[in-house]
Amino acid sequence: MDDATAPSATQATFEFPAEPAAPAPENIRMPQSAKARSKPTQGKKKAAKASGPASAETMAAQQREISVAEFFARNRHLLGFDNKRKALLTSVKEAVDNALDACEEAGVLPEIHLEIRQLSEDRFRMICRDNGPGIVKQQIPNIFGKLLYGSKFHRLKMSRGQQGIGISAAGMYGLLTTGKPVSIVSKTGAKKPAHHYKLAIDTKKNKPDIIEDREVEVPWERGTEIEIEMVAGFNRGRQSVFEYIDQTAIANPHAAFTFKGPTGELMEYPRATEELPRETREIKPHPHGIELGVLMKMLKETRATQVGAFLQQDFSRVSSSVAGQICQKAGITARTWVNTVDPQTAEKLYQALQDTRLRAPSTDCLAPIGAEAILSGLLKGIKAEFYTASTRPPTVYRGNPFQIEVGVAFGGDLGGSSSSDDDDNGSVGKKAKDEPAAARVIRFANRVPLLYQQSACSTYKSVIETKWNNYGLSQARGAIPQAPVVILIHMASVWVPFTSESKEAIADYDEIRKEIKLAIAECGRRLGIYLRRKKRRAHFSQRRDVFHKYIDEVVEACRAMATFNKDEFRRSLVSLAEQATAHADIEFDEHGNMIQPKEQAERTLEHTVIVDREGEPPAGQLGLFATESADTNGGRKKKRAKAAKGKTKKAKSARKR
Amino acid sequence: MAKAKKTAAKKSSKSTKAPAGKRRGKGGPATTDRITDLAQTVVAQAGKGTDPFVDIPIRALSNVDFNRKTRYIEMGDKSQRRNFFNFGQAKRFMQTMLVASKCKDNIERNKTSSIRGIFYQAKHSIKGTKEKTFDTQEECDPVLEDLEVALDSLREELHVYASSRGAMIGELTFVDSGDTIDATRLGSGGYAIPSIVEPSVIQFKKCNAKFVLHVEKDTVWRRFVEDRFWEKHKCILTHGNGQPPRGVRRLLHRMHNELKLPVMVLMDNDPWGYYIYSVIKQGSINLAFESGRMAVPDAKFIGVSSFDYERFGLSDDVKIDLDSNDIKRAKQIMEYPWFAGKKEWEKEIRKMAKNGFKMEVEAMASKHLSFVTEEYTPAKLKDKKSWLD
Repeated sequence: MDDATAPSATQATFEFPAEPAAPAPENIRMPQSAKARSKPTQGKKKAAKASGPASAETMAAQQREISVAEFFARNRHLLGFDNKRKALLTSVKEAVDNALDACEEAGVLPEIHLEIRQLSEDRFRMICRDNGPGIVKQQIPNIFGKLLYGSKFHRLKMSRGQQGIGISAAGMYGLLTTGKPVSIVSKTGAKKPAHHYKLAIDTKKNKPDIIEDREVEVPWERGTEIEIEMVAGFNRGRQSVFEYIDQTAIANPHAAFTFKGPTGELMEYPRATEELPRETREIKPHPHGIELGVLMKMLKETRATQVGAFLQQDFSRVSSSVAGQICQKAGITARTWVNTVDPQTAEKLYQALQDTRLRAPSTDCLAPIGAEAILSGLLKGIKAEFYTASTRPPTVYRGNPFQIEVGVAFGGDLGGSSSSDDDDNGSVGKKAKDEPAAARVIRFANRVPLLYQQSACSTYKSVIETKWNNYGLSQARGAIPQAPVVILIHMASVWVPFTSESKEAIADYDEIRKEIKLAIAECGRRLGIYLRRKKRRAHFSQRRDVFHKYIDEVVEACRAMATFNKDEFRRSLVSLAEQATAHADIEFDEHGNMIQPKEQAERTLEHTVIVDREGEPPAGQLGLFATESADTNGGRKKKRAKAAKGKTKKAKSARKR
Repeated sequence: MAKAKKTAAKKSSKSTKAPAGKRRGKGGPATTDRITDLAQTVVAQAGKGTDPFVDIPIRALSNVDFNRKTRYIEMGDKSQRRNFFNFGQAKRFMQTMLVASKCKDNIERNKTSSIRGIFYQAKHSIKGTKEKTFDTQEECDPVLEDLEVALDSLREELHVYASSRGAMIGELTFVDSGDTIDATRLGSGGYAIPSIVEPSVIQFKKCNAKFVLHVEKDTVWRRFVEDRFWEKHKCILTHGNGQPPRGVRRLLHRMHNELKLPVMVLMDNDPWGYYIYSVIKQGSINLAFESGRMAVPDAKFIGVSSFDYERFGLSDDVKIDLDSNDIKRAKQIMEYPWFAGKKEWEKEIRKMAKNGFKMEVEAMASKHLSFVTEEYTPAKLKDKKSWLD
């Protein structure tokens, strides 16, 4: 947020950033309103050239406030509108994020319809509709027509949006590039009227400019639909709307999506679970990790009069006895008046806060996706042979609770399968197998996929810093592992520290990176165990093949030398071969552990799913997407993978044996 | 099929060995029976649920002893177990069985095969794979040798012969497969010594020779033949083309023992020459189990000695520099128990090291072409003191 105010101190003499596809700024308002408005004079404002050195007075004449909207209009790259393709993706992202947030907050299972229409070569219209609670009429202009307006900034609560910039910025971009206002239709209930607004942003005043306001008939019961026309580019593959929707579906198995692309194709992502993520609570900051300046600001703004009450009311996890301890350490009492706390005392108080042992922040402010939901998301979206996921316990950075989750998918259709028994694959498959695939990192912050600035992201750095060689993957120094592996990393937090307003990369705090690495290590260890077991199994099955290959030769040779019962001899040799290679028979149970005939205890692999080499998502796994996976893959091959749910191992092994 | 007797009875240490369990002796079971026993044992092992195996005596320096009494190399007691259900040995085990079955087949049909023939008989694609039972003959030959020791049978008893190498000419009349051969009338080519020279094949008739002169290679032998050395010196001339094959060694052994002829050996002056001499005299490590019927412990080394350079005033042109391999080999040879402790040999080898060069017999031609037959060899033969034992 500091970015918004910082430039006000500098002289406002920017050139307007040249955007070839965008109409000149003067044209912006032409079509939108008949109202007389002062023409924007930015860009040529201070044409008055001082011939000599500027004096304080002449400079003062130039010094004035800059509107946030104006600032972002010029620095749109900060919001993720640096190029045409990214602009479209960012707009989609903001619209979908808002829709999901709104639905979840209202306790509605989200159902999101996204459509992108191509109007001309570089002109697109994005339409996004949700089934959320809708927006009351009065708020519509503010939410969509004003930057930094919203419900999310002033609270510590886990949500996708944080600052209240996103969707307004998308609207502003559309306006800047096409001159077309944003169109919003919202309906708050079946019997309520639907309001249709057309809004422009007055960038100078950061105020909505209502162009049209009327009631309309819509075929849906409740929700909000936003339509933005913009100059944009549409792509496929990496960093595309497709990838964004794919990944969003992985991280939000409770949401249903439909996406209609510009060529008319319709993609459907059915809901995978009927369970909404746990509703998160707003929390107060946790004392650990806040900064001294923040504490002083809080002291100034608190409604409490005494320090003890201030600590209890404005922070989480501070009880009255703990507040007493803190005050004692700081050399004051709980009764000390807040307004008597001078900066020195505040510093002592700050130290005392940091030195006191406190309970970790409550977890109900966070709604992790959950290891099992991550597994089902990965199973749905990625065809691999091994899946595992891990959710770390919540912890704190700078007083903000956060939680890290990691999922790892390995092998299968990701290529480079290490199994040696893939002989039935065609030569095409073989080729793909030989090419070393680089690992892919899928990043999420509060369930929102992060598609840009991967290398600046704490998650990516953590992946690089992890020693994957220990887990059986090859990795060059300072690089991501060269292996067919997908690494999903999710950070859930009441305040995700992004490196910029466009929310593309998670800032690299030590606490965060440490947690990510711990979560990766947990998944990595399981992957390592799996790979070692698999290797061993392949090894023994290769040996058995060797023995079997020679058995007939030995039988025939011996038969030529002596007389005996040939079949009996062969049978005893075959059974000896089985014994000698017993490890090859080991099968994996639902936890990825070997099922051992003699009930030998093996270490359990939690939250892990192993699929046979076809890489099919096993039907009925976790009770999720049971129908569609059974339909699409039905009758292909019998499935060996088992659900990650904890059924008793004994029952399973009894059935297997 | 007559079995040669082993003069020194080997300790019957091979208790676990598949067949008879005793070193071959008079009245032992016939080779075919031993092969059948081998197969039966394997079948019985499998039937009992044990991993089938064959014990194979080790053919390496670590498992040979130099018997100072008999003065030849004997095979020790160590054997190696070859299991079927051992990943590293499975193929070898299968190959051993395969070669054994082919040998039995040949014996029963009364056919004799070369070792290369056995390789082709046993080589085929394994059903359902592209893999061959044998890829090269080099893979097959050691298996056959393993089988010889494991079955305690001679190669000829398994109806296998090696390729012939080596030739003979001189004052001897003998019968080979019913044909009488007068070895004085063999022109310049001589008689090619076959690999099987057992009394069943070759019978000595008339011998006018006073000794046998064995030279290292064909080229030297030809010089001696052209100069009719055998006629002048009343001897039999043989060569074994480097390391002599079994047939040549067996024949030398027979001539020495049956015709009471001393065996003189003329080799190049280099570590290989020394070693070849020792093989003739004491037997080889690889075929230690056959030393008793091949070695000639009384054989004498008459040249070329490291001292001969000075003694015969040879020119610098005969010198070939020793390389690091030669030095290494010379050291190894000095440590063999059958060389160790022999002062004369120690002197000889040290002299060669001191000289820093080696010499070939052919080098004598630098004096004049027939120097070796007219001057060098006669002088050496006369001077018993210059011989090495």
